[in-house]
Amino acid sequence: MTPSLEVEGLAFAYPDGHQALFGVDLRIEQGERVALLGPNGAGKTTLVLHLNGVHRAGAGTVRVGGLEVAKPHLQEIRRRVGVVFQDPDDQLFMPTVGDDVAFGPANFGVTEPELSLRVKQALGAVGMGEHADRSPMHLSGGQRRRVALATVLACDPEILVLDEPSSNLDPVARRELAEVLLGLDRTMLMVTHDLPYALQLCPRSVVIDEGVVVADGPTRDLLADPAFLAAHRLELPFGFSV
Amino acid sequence: MGAGHAHTLHHVGDSPVHRLPAHVKIVAAFLMVIAVVATPREAFWVFGAHLALLVGIWVTARIPVAAIAARSLIEAPFVALAVLLPFFATGPRTEFLGLSLSVDGLLAGWNILVKGTLGVLISVTLGMTTPVRDLLAGLARLRVPGMVTTIATLMVRYLEVIAAEARRMRLARVARGHDPRFLWQIGPTVRGVGTLFLRSYERGERVHLAMLARGYTGSMPLLGVPTTGRRTWAVALAPAAAAVLFATAGYA
Ligand SMILES: Nc1ncnc2c1ncn2[C@@H]1O[C@H](COP(=O)(O)OP(=O)(O)OP(=O)(O)O)[C@@H](O)[C@H]1O
Ligand SMILES: [Mg+2]
Repeated sequence: MTPSLEVEGLAFAYPDGHQALFGVDLRIEQGERVALLGPNGAGKTTLVLHLNGVHRAGAGTVRVGGLEVAKPHLQEIRRRVGVVFQDPDDQLFMPTVGDDVAFGPANFGVTEPELSLRVKQALGAVGMGEHADRSPMHLSGGQRRRVALATVLACDPEILVLDEPSSNLDPVARRELAEVLLGLDRTMLMVTHDLPYALQLCPRSVVIDEGVVVADGPTRDLLADPAFLAAHRLELPFGFSV
Repeated sequence: MGAGHAHTLHHVGDSPVHRLPAHVKIVAAFLMVIAVVATPREAFWVFGAHLALLVGIWVTARIPVAAIAARSLIEAPFVALAVLLPFFATGPRTEFLGLSLSVDGLLAGWNILVKGTLGVLISVTLGMTTPVRDLLAGLARLRVPGMVTTIATLMVRYLEVIAAEARRMRLARVARGHDPRFLWQIGPTVRGVGTLFLRSYERGERVHLAMLARGYTGSMPLLGVPTTGRRTWAVALAPAAAAVLFATAGYA
């Protein structure tokens, strides 16, 4: 079976010359849920932005369901891969929450009455159904994060990529988000610093540090190795053990 | 972070006028403006009739005259021009309070003044009864070129982005003890403007990337239910039709 995501020898430098990725290899099978861990500045966000063609590989290749991420297939790639950005303020730009959630599916050709249904379901899934007519600019940080997630859920992508989805969420919202994600049954790659969250949601974890993959294996095994965690600035919360 | 207070034009309300679909109102307002502009400048009573139509709309929309007046101030420069014209235009002149005025100039001034005022009042009425987002969607629905509506939509968004960015940066300065009460302390604020530009630009870039990630290809998708009944059109266009009739009568 073709893997959902296939990254080979991916290297990338930002226009200012700063090299962020030095040959990353990663293969994710269909339906797998994988956590992407690593310290600040490791290159996680940079990697994620290659998966839907926002960044173009300096060297190496990225394939989504066998299709190479390259100019002629970008629209199809973006239909398949939904990325929730690290900063919701980058993601939300329409005058109302409802319009923002409708933006993605409308671009992919979804029309009424299906469109309204998608908006309603996506906002309902993140518990923001009552806020459809408000301006995203007037929401709290956690509410904005939930709406940002809804904008991507509404696109119904095959592969869901989340860049730190649980930051800024209150404990209940964090748990509810986990329930939503577990119920989705999609291929999922989740960047997070929240190790218990990774353990709860993702059977497998990939750790990157300084632009290379330094570990790839069952989340429970990785988290049970204190020396390895310390070497890559990873730490379980106080009182937590696996 | 409360951006978005820039849209003070809109006057929140729930009247039959507010509830009409935006694209219908845009067409009606456009027709009324055409009718006003086409009215011969000597047909004084017709302008009164146009104004009466507008007053009727304001009463239906339940918007106070004071609010309309406040929003019509943008017209001031035109008024000045209209008042000055009779003094400077050439042609036959007339005496008024000992001043020598050009008849043509008087008529030209009146023409600009009355048509400008009515035009502004029509636009303000449209703006007060229709939120910005609906206006944008209405333009898109009327097949105004995608580029125009996209730029307009992004302008609304970027105004908010810049305002929000400015507010965050000011908070960050104030939270660290900056209290610009004296002129020599204004340095950080001035330097902040340069940073503000850069940050707004970079955020704009990231917003654009996030739009691409959701399948944006350069034109805004149409959102909302586009069904507008014939009755709605008839109701909305009635005042515009009346204005056209008056204008035609003005030529008789
Ligand atoms: N726009 C940019 N221009 C230049 N360098 C950048 C840019 N964005 C990120 N970098 C650099 O690239 C490296 C990787 O950044 P990246 O954002 O991928 O880290 P990350 O793993 O997502 O970190 P975090 O956990 O803090 O989100 C960092 O050293 C960062 O300084
Ligand atoms: Mg990051």
